[in-house]
Amino acid sequence: MKLLYFAWVRERIGKPEEVVEPPAGISTVADLMAWLSRRGEEYAHAFENPKVIRAAIDRAHVKSDAAIAGAREIAFFPPMTGG
Amino acid sequence: MTVRLQREPFDAAAEAAKLTRGRTDVGAVVTFTGICRGDENGEPIAALTLEHYPGMAESEIARHVEAAESRWSLLGVTVIHRYGRIAPGEDIVLVVTASSHRHDAFAAAEFLMDYLKTRAPFWKRVEQGKGATWVEARQSDDSAAKRWQKPAPRRDAAE
Repeated sequence: MKLLYFAWVRERIGKPEEVVEPPAGISTVADLMAWLSRRGEEYAHAFENPKVIRAAIDRAHVKSDAAIAGAREIAFFPPMTGG
Repeated sequence: MTVRLQREPFDAAAEAAKLTRGRTDVGAVVTFTGICRGDENGEPIAALTLEHYPGMAESEIARHVEAAESRWSLLGVTVIHRYGRIAPGEDIVLVVTASSHRHDAFAAAEFLMDYLKTRAPFWKRVEQGKGATWVEARQSDDSAAKRWQKPAPRRDAAE
């Protein structure tokens, strides 16, 4: 699946997007954040407070307990500040 | 419905005029323009940079315009949101709503702005003397968006 990062999540991880294949057992957005934060310091920094991170699956907002099975594109970002 | 994301400035008056041209059923047009202030937390700023999620930003705004259209009686809606670097005094966002009566136009414009602030995937980064920092989301914006989750009071159209 393709992962996209925006704003300070993108800056902390150091890249705007990547393709990953999470192992079996990673079934929700929260699982995915926990798995990513074990991949290195930059990920641990980005996801150090997972409660503030928002996620979207295939361009629709989801909560952290959302299932990721079948997702093509998952985005992680801070609370939005547009308008 | 017109939803547009662009780097370039927009012409608010021209966009509002497009919603009424050639028709006589529109009795109210509300035009809201969000403008880049020259200070953030009491400190002067050099500029804002708006990052967005292409694809999702358009669809998320369109979804909220559809929600507004089903909740109020609207005859036209235009939303334009800029991205990229924006200097103090420049326009950031435009919401125009047209209706037969003012109540629906006012309410829909405010609803759309409250949702744009909290649900549209845009992030503001502010350039100040000490460097660039990401703007933090405000609790007051969340509260403003949440009040629309209550059912709208029914009003008579006799205005």
